[in-house]
This record gives sequence, C-alpha cells and structure tokens, in this order.
Amino acid sequence: MITRLDAGSAAVARGLSDLTIRNLFILPTIAFLIVFNIFPLIYSLGYSFYSYSASSNVEALFVGLQNYRDLLSDPNVWNNFTVTAKYVLVSVGGQMIVGFGLALLLNRPIPFKGFITTLLLLPMMMSAAVIGLFWQLLYSPSWGVINYIFNLGDFAWLSDPDVALYAVAITDIWMWSPFVMLLSLAGLSAVPKYLYEAAAIDRASAWYTLTRITLPLVAPLLLIALIFRTMEGFKTFDLAFIMSTQPTTELIAIRLYKLAFQEWQTGESCALAYIVLIMVLAITNIYVKYLNQAKAR
Amino acid sequence: MARTAGRTLVSLIAGVALTSAFAARAVAEELTIFWAEWDPANYLQELVNDYTKQTGVKVTVETTPWSDFQTKTFREFAAKGGTYDMVVGDSQWLGAGSTEGHYVDLTEFFKKNNLDKLMLPATVAGYAEYPPGSKKYWAIPLEGDANGWAYRKDWFEDPKEKAAFKAKYGYELGVPQDYKQLRDIAEFFHRPDQKRYGVAIYTDNSYDAIAMGVEQTIFSYGGDLGNYSTYKVAGLVNSKEAIEGLKAYRELYKFTPPGWGKVFFLEDNQAITEGLAAMSMNFFAFFPALANPATNPHAKDTGFFANPKGPTGAHFAALGGQGVSIISYSKKRDASMKFLEWFIKDETQKKWAELGGYTCSTAVLKSDAFRKATPYNEAFYQSMLMVKDFWATPEYAELLTQMNQRLYPYIVGDKGTAEEALNGLATDWENTFKKYHRYK
Repeated sequence: MITRLDAGSAAVARGLSDLTIRNLFILPTIAFLIVFNIFPLIYSLGYSFYSYSASSNVEALFVGLQNYRDLLSDPNVWNNFTVTAKYVLVSVGGQMIVGFGLALLLNRPIPFKGFITTLLLLPMMMSAAVIGLFWQLLYSPSWGVINYIFNLGDFAWLSDPDVALYAVAITDIWMWSPFVMLLSLAGLSAVPKYLYEAAAIDRASAWYTLTRITLPLVAPLLLIALIFRTMEGFKTFDLAFIMSTQPTTELIAIRLYKLAFQEWQTGESCALAYIVLIMVLAITNIYVKYLNQAKAR
Repeated sequence: MARTAGRTLVSLIAGVALTSAFAARAVAEELTIFWAEWDPANYLQELVNDYTKQTGVKVTVETTPWSDFQTKTFREFAAKGGTYDMVVGDSQWLGAGSTEGHYVDLTEFFKKNNLDKLMLPATVAGYAEYPPGSKKYWAIPLEGDANGWAYRKDWFEDPKEKAAFKAKYGYELGVPQDYKQLRDIAEFFHRPDQKRYGVAIYTDNSYDAIAMGVEQTIFSYGGDLGNYSTYKVAGLVNSKEAIEGLKAYRELYKFTPPGWGKVFFLEDNQAITEGLAAMSMNFFAFFPALANPATNPHAKDTGFFANPKGPTGAHFAALGGQGVSIISYSKKRDASMKFLEWFIKDETQKKWAELGGYTCSTAVLKSDAFRKATPYNEAFYQSMLMVKDFWATPEYAELLTQMNQRLYPYIVGDKGTAEEALNGLATDWENTFKKYHRYK
C-alpha cells in the first residue's frame, strides 16, 4: 500500500512537496556514494596513470599507460592471477558442490531440521580472521586434529607450497558452503512438488529427476550464488593472508595490498586495482548473461 | 540583573580563556613516541616516566603490533599527520625517512653531542646515517639489536649426548664455533621420533624475518647483498659465497620442527620454551622471555651465543633494532629535541640498560656491569660488534618482497636451486634500481 500525502498534511502545509521529500531522503545517500565511492574511484583511476607514492613527498609524474604495461608484463603478477584463478576455481567449485549437496540433504523431512540448518550456517557468520587462525591450529603438523584424524603424521599443510593453496581453499569451502546451501534451499523449496510426483509416476531415475527437474529450476539461484562467491573469491585477502605466506598462496588481493601499503607504489597499485576490477566485471557479466538465459528458460 | 548577567558573562569568558590556556599548555607538554608492540616499548615507557617526573612533559609510547608497524607508520607519513612526534623506526626505513622528508635532519644535534663517538659505530651506521658514509644523521640509536641464538645447555652438557656426538662427528659437542658445527649439532639433535628437533630458524616471509636469517648466513659465508653505495648487485648477491650461504640456510631448515614454514620470533622462542629444539635463532630483544623462569620452564638450562663464523672466518650478525627519529610533521619538534637531549645522557642510557633496553652507548655496552647483567648480554655485546644490515634505500620494501619471493620457495618449498634463486634476485634488484634511476 502506498501512503500519499494528502493536501492537508503538515509537510504540504510547510510547503514541502512529494518530490522535495523524496529528494531529501535520496540526497544524503547520493552524497555519501559520491564522496566515498565515486570520487575515490575516479581519483584512483587518475593515479593509475601516474608514477606516484603516497608516502613520499615526491611530485606525481604522469606516465600514461606505463603502470598497466609494467604490471601486465610482470610474470609475478601473472603468477598471482594464476594462483587466484586456481583458488577461485577450487574454492567456489567446492562450495557449489558441498553447499548444494547439503541443501539436497536438508530438503527432506529430517528431525531437528531448523536446528541443524542454523548450526550449518554458523561458519559464515564468523570472522574470517578468527577462522584463519582456528584452521591454522587444525592444520598444525604438531598438534593439529586433521593430521591426527587422517593419520597424516607430520604432514605440513600450510608449509607445503603445492598444498597450501588447497588448504586455504578447503577452509573457504567450509566457511562459505552454507551460503550456497541457503540459496539452494530457497530454490529447492520453490520447486513444485507435483513435478516430482509426475517423475515418480513415470519411474524416472534419481539422476534424471536431479538433472531434468531440480537443477534447471534451481539454476537461477545457484547462478546468483556463483556470481557472489566468484566475486568474493577474486577479492579474497584475509584467509590467505592469515593462514599462509607462501608465494603459491599469494592471491592478487594480497599482491595489491603489498604494492599499495608495504611498497607504497600508489600509482601502480591503483592500476592493478583497475585491472582486477575489469576482470571481475568481465567474469560477472558472463555469469549474468547465463543467469538471464536460465531465467528465460 | 543586568550586572549579574554581565558578571556571569565575564566569568564565563575568563573560564573559557583559562581552560584554553591550560589545554594549550597541556598539549604543548605531551609527546608521543610510536613504536612496535614488544617488551622494549614497555621498558621505554617506564624510562620516559622519569622524564615526565623531571620536566612535567608527559611522554607516551604508543605501540602497534609488529605486523602492522611499517604500514601504520608510513600511512601516517602519507597523511603528514602530527599524531606522533617521534618514531622508533626500523633501520631499513632510513632511506625513505630521510630522502622523502619524513625525518628531521639530526646531523647538527649528532655532531654537537659527539654521538658518533658516544654510540657504538655499527649502530650509528645502521640506525642513524643515510646515505651510508655521508655523515648525515636522521635518528638517535635507541634499541640496539642483533640476531643471535639460544640453546639448550642441558642437552649440550649431557655426558651421553657429548660422547655420542664425539663418536659421530669427531669433535666435542659445545657452542658452535662455525656454521659447519651449527649444522652438525642441528642434525645430531634432530630426532622427530622423540619430538625433539635440531634447530629453529626464521621462515616467515611476510616482512623481513626470513631475510634477516638468510642475510646473516650469506654475510658469514663471505657473501653480500650488494654494494650499498653503487647499487651493484650482479656478482655480489649471487656470488659463489652467497650461494653457499643460502644453501647452508636451506640445510638448517631440514632440521626444524614440522610445519616450520611461517615462523618468526614468537615461534622461535616457543621452540625453546616447549622443549622442541636444541637451538633457536632470534633477535636478542626477545631473549628476556627465555631467561625468565615464569615464561620459560627451561630458563635455567637455556644458554645464548652469537651467530657463528662462516667457513672462511667471516663473522656477521643481522642487525635488528631501531633509532628514534623526530617526525617532520610533528608540531613539537623543539620539545622532541629536548627529549632527545635527555635521552642521550649517560645516566639515562644506564637506566635504559637497567630496565632491559639494549642501549647503544659504547661506554655502557662495554661495562662489565652490563655484560654480566643477564645470561645473554655478553653474546649481545659480541654480536653488536659484527652487525650488518639489509638495504636501507627508499625502495627497500620492494627489495624485501623480491627477496621473499625468490628465496622462500627454495628454502621452504625445495623448489629450484640456490643459484637460480639468487640469480633471479640479482635480476629483480637490478631492475628495481634501474626503475629508480640508481645507476648513473
């Protein structure tokens, strides 16, 4: 129901029209967005064309596209992108499988369903820093419970350069699968029951029911989860930064942090931030295209 | 009525004026020193309380965790903020601090007070002078520090262990005199089946931990990180000696406790307190915890020694520690200068050493009282006579990142060879110096 100001209202009496009131509500938000989002975005775009260090008193020098050229020809940066891509693939892939699997399990009548769902949601409500430190202990070769359970002896998860990235990804899967589970549950509960009844009458196999009924109908919500988790995956900093300092776990966000706040290469770090932004936007656009196709079906 | 109102107004104005005057006085009489969060910062706070008693000027030592120290300091520099009046900055920051205008030039102060004679030469070169050899000074050496070693005396002195060691290696088990002995002892005590390990070394590559451990090994093997005056690195950082030094560090890593791939001072002290390792590398500033029975159950059995010699007799230790600089954006530079005048006095330096601070005053350091004050002071003194530092150029952070990226996979991940790692590092550093137009 829309409440409209009638002619005798106090606002009108003071001379405030509907339009003015609307603008009064919108303007602070727009001002906030301009000051804290749009202005820094444009400002940092400008800096990306300069050789500039915010921590020095040296005048910024216009270098055109040099920062972008340097970054894109730096094998270390490409290595960071490769590591990030690998991480996103493993971590988001794992979250989709585990999250959707959990949702399928919970989408059936089981005792204490609400309580179990709440428990499963707990990891994503915790701070990434706490989870990172907590999993560091779990992975510890000396007293970690993971090596104890799987009888792995002194296996050093976070010190082994070939394994460390996967160890961090496993932690991320543990933390964020519940998010995928939540969206999948919402999708699953919206699938009409009669479709399953019809499939049962036709003696359709479980696989057929999953691939022809469940997945196509849940796909739009799964794609939304995929978009969110991919974007977050590309931005991952906290978990990897806390858990490991291996070059093989140096995600692009960590490289960006080092460039900006350890080496104070402000111009170059702005350029790198834009490269990451463009990549994330491109990937998101591909997903959105598929999302629209899925919705249209 | 009007008269009463008038009086009230006058009283109010007078009150406000008085309050403002007091507030201004209070502000003028407060100094803030920024440092990392560790025991020496607590000792410094205790020391400066004396200054407050003597002068009425309140001095606060504000701290932040080590992991955040560099970032937070340079963020403050970037903002040209006046939050801190002085910073006890890392030796590597000298280049950036001086050439980028963050530090006040203390050359006159240094000369007037003869500090180049009063302070240990290595600390003057390491914490105060930039560029090297220029006789321009930007800090007062405050906390001397070097990388040394702690060891389990009871393990070393056990007659059975001594006999077994002699039978295996052909010489007496004792404090290692060179890197070969260090390696042998690490190997000898490395018994994973007994949850006992040979050695604990730095491996964390998020800032300068692994670099400090490696550089002192390279220096002691006769290698170098480059020529700090000409910026020449090719043939120096990847010299035969440097390669051998890196190999030696990699060799030591084999005898560390499991999962020792990301450790710094905390874990290296834990290696001793938890009875994990026979020897542990650490900066001397972290050793008070090992000599204290309240924090180390093996305190009475813990000994200390300076970094041993390399195969050619070269003998170095990585320089830690910091100097105190006046931040050029501070509005209380004169008051800070007065504080420094008080800090360099002999009696202040003595008190600083008594509280647990590592004074850089030559007279205090050389005194028997200091050298016998703790079980580690003698080793500290010996180390301070042979310290050598990392690059202190403004671009040091980039050099550090590149060193971490090149060496860590070889040491911890066993990827590639020492030669490949150091050749790669020489190329990286050369490119960085070219970028900053260091070659004329």
